[in-house]
Amino acid sequence: MPTLTAKKTSTRPARPAPELIFGDLWEFDPSPETADPKLKTRYELFINGQFVAPKSGKYFDSINPANEHKLAEIAQASAADVDAAYQAAKAAYDNVWGKLPGRERAKYLFRIARLLQDRAREFAVAETLDGGKPIKESRDFDVPMAAAHFFYHAGWADKLDYVAPGRRVAPLGVVGQVIPWNFPLLMLAWKLAPALAMGNTVVLKPAETTSITCLKLAEILQDAGLPPGVVNFVTGAGDVGAAVLNHPIPAKIAFTGSTEVGKIILRSLAGTDKKMTLELGGKAANIVFDDAPLDQAVEGIVNGIFFNQGHVCCAGSRLLVHEPVAEQVLAKLKNRIKVLRVGDPLDKNTDIGAINSKEQLRKITAMVASGVKEGAEMFQPTCRLPTKGYYFRPTLFSGVSMSHRIAREEIFGPVLSILTFRTVDEAIEKANNTAYGLSAGVWTDKGSRILKMSTELKAGVVWANTYNKFDPASPFGGYKESGFGREGGRQGLLDYCTLI
Amino acid sequence: MLARSPHAALRRLFDEVGPVDAVGIEERVAKYGTRSIKKTSKLWGLKLAASMVDLTTLEGKDTPGKVASLCQKALRPHDPDLGVPQVAAVCVYPAMVKHARKALGRETAVRIASVATAFPSGQAPLKTRLAEVKAAVADGADEIDMVINRGAFLSGEFGVMQDEIRAVVEACGQATLKVILEVSELETYDNIRAASFLAMRVIREGDFIKTSTGKTSLNATLGNNQVMIEAIRDYYLDTGVSIAMKPAGGIRTAKQALTFLVAIKETLGDAWLNNARYRFGASALLNDLIRQIEKENTGAYQAPYYFSEATESY
Repeated sequence: MPTLTAKKTSTRPARPAPELIFGDLWEFDPSPETADPKLKTRYELFINGQFVAPKSGKYFDSINPANEHKLAEIAQASAADVDAAYQAAKAAYDNVWGKLPGRERAKYLFRIARLLQDRAREFAVAETLDGGKPIKESRDFDVPMAAAHFFYHAGWADKLDYVAPGRRVAPLGVVGQVIPWNFPLLMLAWKLAPALAMGNTVVLKPAETTSITCLKLAEILQDAGLPPGVVNFVTGAGDVGAAVLNHPIPAKIAFTGSTEVGKIILRSLAGTDKKMTLELGGKAANIVFDDAPLDQAVEGIVNGIFFNQGHVCCAGSRLLVHEPVAEQVLAKLKNRIKVLRVGDPLDKNTDIGAINSKEQLRKITAMVASGVKEGAEMFQPTCRLPTKGYYFRPTLFSGVSMSHRIAREEIFGPVLSILTFRTVDEAIEKANNTAYGLSAGVWTDKGSRILKMSTELKAGVVWANTYNKFDPASPFGGYKESGFGREGGRQGLLDYCTLI
Repeated sequence: MLARSPHAALRRLFDEVGPVDAVGIEERVAKYGTRSIKKTSKLWGLKLAASMVDLTTLEGKDTPGKVASLCQKALRPHDPDLGVPQVAAVCVYPAMVKHARKALGRETAVRIASVATAFPSGQAPLKTRLAEVKAAVADGADEIDMVINRGAFLSGEFGVMQDEIRAVVEACGQATLKVILEVSELETYDNIRAASFLAMRVIREGDFIKTSTGKTSLNATLGNNQVMIEAIRDYYLDTGVSIAMKPAGGIRTAKQALTFLVAIKETLGDAWLNNARYRFGASALLNDLIRQIEKENTGAYQAPYYFSEATESY
């Protein structure tokens, strides 16, 4: 690559290497979002349309990861509660929901979507308090996207005769769903909307660190007049999840979470006739060629790995850069992450919020330590972090090779591993050399190369000259150990029905 | 044969300076608008923006009287107790420079900028354009805003375009030069980036590149501002030469100005947050800045007739 000043011969005296100053000349005052999240002090289970106390009488605390304060108490479900939830879901399916015409189901879904939009600000603040993600993301992405999923599937509910041309579709019955903590409300919408549109009823368990927006959505389900038992929420940790997944009633299990847990589920369901979709981990390659628009690629890399503190299963956590531009891209990345604002998630100017839990912070810290130990070169900006709460600086590792742990294992945090490649084939080989296959990104000015890469990359989603773009109409899911089944679009609906 | 075509020349230039993805640029700049600037940081930003204004009148009906009142506004934009700084410069046609100098006097920090070189089209013989520049400087202009030869750029005659800029640099003498790319006529972000580099390579440290004349349909936007300041950043990191930037036309509100300043803060950093490195070519903007400063100081908006948005009322 020629230098930018190829035509200029400088006669100026030598001076120190020019650097940009990202200081505090113009520091922004705090700008916290002030909408009331309307939290209760205690949240019960949501079974058969009612909030009910857990049979154990036990509750656990939900912590705000931004300051370690207790937000609310959440009911601790037991196997008996899970069973009650399934009985309610089965009765609702047999007596009401399974018999309701699609156009009637659509009305409920439209109502849920609109009620969620009405209370968008309140839900955004609750989501940020509960999970630590920056308010600008919960406000501009999580909540509107969740509503969009309900709208999209509401539109399908009365058109299901056309979803599989030449075939007719029927609901499965009761489905059991378990969702992760990285996008609590959005994953909830991804799971609920297609299941309900198809005519199934649901028992769902949110992650134990992020149950609040799920239970707030239960209020909306009540306000929407959804018949009792169609949707049931049980809260708690892994044992509750196991009870949800191993119960005899559900005809289908849908799980989003770690590959580790996915494998356990797969083993326990082997031999049953339950349908299954798993959306698991990822270690996506974001591939930058030397002809790419570099500043926009850098923006996409930043968006790919630092969005939601890197707690994204499709995060572009491995950056593969073409050797001729590797140095340039690294320099640009460093300057870019110097202006990322890490801190109070409720501040409207925060770019990177709090790590979801102490446990996750510990995992990220350990992975980063292994990267340093294995000899990769680390860069972190010098930004100040709040004294309380779980925070981690955006981190770049350069000089990473395929054998490093940080290049192979999912970190699920704001940590980018940078590798280089020389040829297209090498890029493809390195990108596919992973146990995962959820997503990938390609940055190049050359259209034909995009087509070639998208054919050869073994990943459920390949983004070209962009990253982390989602739409309810676009199916999402993985290859290999990233799981199977699709969510969103026509394909996602087909995973919630039987074809007749 | 093909390799000598204008298209091939542009192609080589793009290969050299790198392409720009329009969708990506627009996504980037949309994030600047979501920055929430409150209280003291807002007041600081508003005053900074006021100090960066090139208070402009460029009309066929300009008179010495109009220019004199514009100069008065530049010197004392508002009640000094409010802390509104003087603007950076007044910007007038060459024929008005001597009237501006008379109104401002010699002992002033407010500079006089003049749009020479057959503004806005630039379609006059080079000799005529250079004579215009020299006359404006002789009459007391501190800064010259020139237009590039877009025709030469679009037909791949980069040498012609650069030679003309060099000639104007020489004609400027001590005066600062601002090179107007007229982005709406270059059309693509790729072209804007390429033209920025061509201009930067022949101007001096502290000279400006500027978006537009304000006389075409599309003027300064966050998008073309971003492409140009990224070019300035890349050029600076490569050579150590700091080029200044002036978006002009279309920035009418304080909120817009703050968003442009956020772009500077996050792309070029603190060294560009002053009026030697960044300017706003605007007229209506100043009164909206003053209105917002007054609101920050008093906690209440003044009645709309306190601050007119029409430059006629200066």
